[in-house]
This record gives sequence, C-alpha cells and structure tokens, in this order.
Amino acid sequence: MQWTADTVQTEVVQLLEPFNPKGIELTPQTDLSADLYMDSVAAMNLVMEIEDRFEIDIPISLLPDVNCLQDLVDVVLAQLNKD
Amino acid sequence: MSLFDKYDQVAARHDRLVAAGRDPFNICMDRIVSATEAIVDGREVILVGTNNYLGLTFDQDCVDAAVAAVQREGTGTTGSRIANGTYSSHRALEQEIADFLGRRSALVFPTGYQANLGILAGLAGAKDVILLDADSHASIYDGCRLSGATLIRFRHNSPADLDKRLSRLKDKEGGKLVVVEGIYSMLGDQAPLDEFVDVKRRHGVELLVDEAHSLGVFGENGRGIAESAGVEEDVDYVVGTFSKSLGAVGGFGASDQPAFERLRYTSRPYMFTASSSPSSIATAMATLGKIKSGPHLRKQLWDNARMLYQGLTDLGFTICAETSPIVAVKMPGEAAAVFMWNALLEAGVYVNLALPPGTPDGSCLLRCSLSAAHTPQQVTKVCEVFDQCFQALRSWQAAQSAAE
Repeated sequence: MQWTADTVQTEVVQLLEPFNPKGIELTPQTDLSADLYMDSVAAMNLVMEIEDRFEIDIPISLLPDVNCLQDLVDVVLAQLNKD
Repeated sequence: MSLFDKYDQVAARHDRLVAAGRDPFNICMDRIVSATEAIVDGREVILVGTNNYLGLTFDQDCVDAAVAAVQREGTGTTGSRIANGTYSSHRALEQEIADFLGRRSALVFPTGYQANLGILAGLAGAKDVILLDADSHASIYDGCRLSGATLIRFRHNSPADLDKRLSRLKDKEGGKLVVVEGIYSMLGDQAPLDEFVDVKRRHGVELLVDEAHSLGVFGENGRGIAESAGVEEDVDYVVGTFSKSLGAVGGFGASDQPAFERLRYTSRPYMFTASSSPSSIATAMATLGKIKSGPHLRKQLWDNARMLYQGLTDLGFTICAETSPIVAVKMPGEAAAVFMWNALLEAGVYVNLALPPGTPDGSCLLRCSLSAAHTPQQVTKVCEVFDQCFQALRSWQAAQSAAE
C-alpha cells in the first residue's frame, strides 16, 4: 500500500484511540503525555501497534523526540520512506 | 524553572501513594532478624518480597567465609578491575562461575545492574541491533541504551513477533543480538527459550539470557532456565546476579565466545567502577558452593512456592503466572493494591507493591517471592494474613462506595 501523510495520520489516530479513554479530540498537536497521560511504557506499546500496522521498525532511540500525534506521523513517514 | 519540575506528575502520584499509608518505596528494615524476618516500625514482619530464593544470607558457612575475607583482604578494594582492584579472589570466582555454567569465561561486576550495563554496552555498538523483550528489566533497557545500538522491542515472550522483526531486518548490516530473561521479575513468567532458540538459529543471530531470577532456582543443577529447557549450547551469553539466590551483591556475564575477554578492556561499566568488595566475592563463592552441593534448597524453595501459590489460589486470589518462586497477586486497581499492601505490612507480612509503569499491561501487583528458608508455618501465616487483609479491603471498599 502506498501511504500518504493523510492516510498515515488517519491510521495513527485510529491506533491511538484505545489510549484515549476520555475520548478527547485527537489533533496533530495532541500531546501523548500531557493530554493523554501516557507513560513511557504505554508510549512504547503504542509504537509496537504502529510498527505492526505499517510493517516498519521504530527504534526506541527515536521516541524521546515524539511528543505529539504529529511527531508520531512524522516518524512513521520517515521510517516508511527509509524502507 | 527548576530542574525538578519535570518530575511534578510523578511526585504528585508519589504523594498520593504516601498519603494512603507508608511509602512503599522507602521501607526501612529497622533490624534484620533472619533470611525471612525483620523488624519494621517496631513490628515483627515475615519477609515475602526479598528475592532471597535460597535463603542463604544468614547461612553460617557463608557468613564465616565473608568474615574471613574481610579479615584477610580488607573491607574494600579501593580500585577498579583495570587498576588495583583485581584480587586473586575475583579471578577465582570468575573461574568458578565459568566452570559451574560450563562456559569458557566469566566476568564479575559489582552489581547485577552493572552486569547488564557492562555486557550489553560491551557487546553491542552503534552499528549493531539489539532486539529485546518488551518486558525486560530496567537494567537491560539501560544497558541497551548505553550501547548506542539500534533498539527494537518485540512482544513479550513472543518468538513469532521476534521472528517477524528479524525478517524485516534481514538486509541490515551489523551484529544482531536478541535479549530475553529466563524468568521475568514482576510476574514470574518464563521465557519459551526453546522457541526463541529456534528463531535465533534460523536467523543466525546471537542470544543473551538474563538468568537473574532463575539461577539457582531452575534446572537440575541450578544453572537456570537454559538448563531446564535443555538449550544451554544455543545461549551465547548468560548474565546473572549475586543478589538473589546467591545472597550477596554483584553480578556476572559468561560466554564461550573466545573474544569475550575483550570486554575487560572495552566495556566501560566493567572498567570504570570499583571492583566488588572481598566479602561479596567470598559470599558468592560460598553460596555458589551451596548451590552446587545439591538440590535440597531448590526443592525446599519449590515446595514453599507451590504451597503459597495453592494457598492464595484457594482463597480466590488471581496469580499472574504458573507456579514459580515469584507469586504475583493481581489486584483490581491501584487503590486496592495500595490498601492491601499497607494492611499486609500492618499485619506483619512484607510483599513488594508493584505498580505501572513498572509492571506489564498496567497491572497492579502484590508481588511475593519465596525463600527456601521460609517454614511451612510462615507460608500458612502469610495466606491467613492475605485473607484477613482482603476482608478488610472489602469493608474499606464498601465504606468508600457508601461515602460516594
């Protein structure tokens, strides 16, 4: 499948929903820690779901730079383009 | 802005925990009475959360060996292994560990944490890939980060997930190292090592097993999960600790790789720290001798483990894994876990309170670890206290609901 920035974002939003029990609106600026109260382990587990969906690997070393939903989309696009 | 502002959320949570009773992360043993008893806040407490699996911390032979070492070699080495901190006793213990595990060589570290740091950061470099089990201990994560390698997590205890990730990496150059633990410290669940070995073989990568909680506990000779699974030859690197079944402080890495000795002058956590004290080295040597002397301590440990597992299961508690010397009781939430933990301590039983994010799947746990030194009477008492505290929890929960 050919991924675009839009389709990647749609998928990431979907994968993020289980981590959004309060059902807040997810925007590119939604902060994983401040808005969704995700701890480091939850964030790593989310990344695993994303890796499976896009069939990519996202090394742990990239995660400190991932704060908001847009950062996640960017990292996915970067890894997709790398492959 | 203070440097500590980043901890505001964590500190607020910690404050809430402490408000519910004691600080679970700052318990002070006023006096240690034995391998299984202490005085805490003036109260006699049965210790069921010490990882003192074989109960050797007060074994007279081992105590004597430690005392003799202090008198013979002094209180500390005041030096690193690469300077003045290598004594013949360090070398002798390394040889003893290598012989016990049937490996070419072993390196000793001052703590188990540093063993993982030193071995992982020594083995892997920036051009390599480490694939680690998602539920790995913090020391494994930290060692992996220190290595500078590319880090890929695979799903806990899932050889299929590892297989998939290794397949994606097939064209990537550099060494590839898979890291698992024999038994996982929080839940007490075992790695399916035979299946991991199968994956590792097919992909031609190397495997490290951390036997911290399984050394002296699993295997006919106490060599750990690799021995009990019959796959020792396929495990390239073994890491272990002295601070559990061996009743001391320290850790080790062992391997058959001829180049393993290179870590002595390349692994920074090995090189740039003071070496283990003579008493720790002598204790580990003596307790290892006890493990080698026969299976009686392991048998006693497993009898106790089965007894507690059965007792708590009969009372209706949910235990997170099959029987092992780690019996992790699953609680329905943080408030219930914290209440129970405080109530247990009040009633004279110390267990570990384990909360997310330090636990898998967001679980709140009352983590028990058995010792060969526990008596059947103590295990019975622990079950009784669990039951009594659970009744108190239900009353407290009912009162909370009524108040709302």
